[in-house]
Amino acid sequence: MSQDSKKKSNLINALEFKTSTFSVPVLMLASDDMGLLEQLLAQKIKQAPEFFKNSPLVLDLQEINKQGFIVDIIALVDLIRKAGLILVGVRAGNVLQNKQSLDLGVPVYAAQGRESIVESQRLTKFQVETPPTIESDKPQEIKVTVPTTLITHPIRSGQRIYAAGDIVIMAQVSAGAEIIAEGNIHVYSTLRGRALAGVLGDIDARIFCFDLQAELISIAGNYKVSEDLGASVRNKPVQIYLKDKSLIIKDIVLHH
Amino acid sequence: MARVIVVTSGKGGVGKTTTSAAIAMGLAKRGHKTAVIDFDVGLRNLDLIMGCERRVVYDFVNVINEEATLNQALIRDKNCNLLYILPASQTRDKDALSQEGVGRVLDELKKDFKYIVCDSPAGIEKGAHLAMYFADDAFVVTNPEVSSVRDSDRMLGILSSKSRRAEQNEEPINEFLLLTRYSPERVKLGEMLSVDDVQDILSLHLLGVIPESKSVLNASNSGTPVILDEKSDAGQAYADIVARYLGEERPHRFIDDKKGFFRNLFGGK
Ligand SMILES: Nc1ncnc2c1ncn2[C@@H]1O[C@H](COP(=O)(O)OP(=O)(O)OP(=O)(O)O)[C@@H](O)[C@H]1O
Ligand SMILES: [Mg+2]
Repeated sequence: MSQDSKKKSNLINALEFKTSTFSVPVLMLASDDMGLLEQLLAQKIKQAPEFFKNSPLVLDLQEINKQGFIVDIIALVDLIRKAGLILVGVRAGNVLQNKQSLDLGVPVYAAQGRESIVESQRLTKFQVETPPTIESDKPQEIKVTVPTTLITHPIRSGQRIYAAGDIVIMAQVSAGAEIIAEGNIHVYSTLRGRALAGVLGDIDARIFCFDLQAELISIAGNYKVSEDLGASVRNKPVQIYLKDKSLIIKDIVLHH
Repeated sequence: MARVIVVTSGKGGVGKTTTSAAIAMGLAKRGHKTAVIDFDVGLRNLDLIMGCERRVVYDFVNVINEEATLNQALIRDKNCNLLYILPASQTRDKDALSQEGVGRVLDELKKDFKYIVCDSPAGIEKGAHLAMYFADDAFVVTNPEVSSVRDSDRMLGILSSKSRRAEQNEEPINEFLLLTRYSPERVKLGEMLSVDDVQDILSLHLLGVIPESKSVLNASNSGTPVILDEKSDAGQAYADIVARYLGEERPHRFIDDKKGFFRNLFGGK
């Protein structure tokens, strides 16, 4: 091989994309008390300073969001960076948290689960509409529209789907499957698995299904298990919504 | 184009190996060069059902480890010269199989065979995963009882999310339901789910129903796939299944009663 052609082939190989799997520590938080978090983090790092020094870290918000805590992502990211850790991702954030993370240059990962099919691209593709006139003293209101997730194949036992907005499923949801949405859930077939709507606390979220045989239904954390579902609501099209903190199950088709 | 068929179930003991042997023989008898692979490393028994256990020299793991060539390991069937068996190793464990190695062996087989039937081990762990990973078609073997149906559903989820076709965003695996060990009398007594009940839960294309039959035990004792017992109900049921898979229309047989367990349980619709 001549010098020249060697150089050329080196140039061709100069850049290559590959996928690799790394193991990275994940920080799970279950409190919104910044002072406490700072203190606990410092304690942990003290136990193994070499391990944590410049260590990459993924921040998991699942627990925080599940418990309905409000955290300031910007402050949290700052706190982590000050502790000498390098934040390489935020996981299981809601739409707003994801946007804030991306603004800080931190990549966003969807919630983790067994065989979860997560619409991660959708999470990052939301549109933000700012009202045209903003009064400076009021906190800026951001309206966020998340596209609806459409699923046309059956959701089988063991599968888990998380949608950052509404989800429409055109096939059955098997027993042992789990549908989790920040918004509404529509199932145009039999719902045998679990359906959790409004998981981040939206009490106006609803569940609609063609044939209710669910193992569990939940809206904003208020749930009913299969045993609680009487014969009068089973095996037919119903909608489920929240009224004064209790789940109401009603026929979709209204009889006059 | 060669097609890779996985015979799978999730639950153990439902009739995967019986089915793999029968349909592989059926396809070969219909003139298609077919190979059947035992993925049940450590618990091999496909070779027993095929009656070739005394001719095993090399196995699937030897081929993957390049300790033997495919031609050295493939055993030609004694009843049909278009059928070859690739036996599993008795002495290794499932970790002896690697995705890269399985892919390599299947690619080599595809050059020479029309159908490659993969007999999956039970469970959803590594062996079962590798058996289904490269599949084009899946025969989901299910018994008419709740736990088997549930496991099949779980396996269908894995087929649609963890297979090569799913990972590479290709056309999904064709999934077919095979309901085996079906006994219309027991369905009538409410001891078993009916065909309708199972289809209602799985919503899957039914390729055929194989009745519970003594002929299956006789066939495995004599080391000949039951499909060769042309007078038996199970043999005929498997022949129908092969014909339907190849695109022929055949009316379903061996389903007597339609009234089912769930309908009895919930007092009808
Ligand atoms: N249609 C049938 N009628 C009667 N017995 C059957 C039938 N199908 C299978 N069997 C019996 O059920 C048992 C299990 O069958 P087989 O070995 O084919 O199942 P498998 O799914 O391969 O099991 P494993 O999960 O252990 O690999 C065997 O004893 C077999 O003879
Ligand atoms: Mg077997």
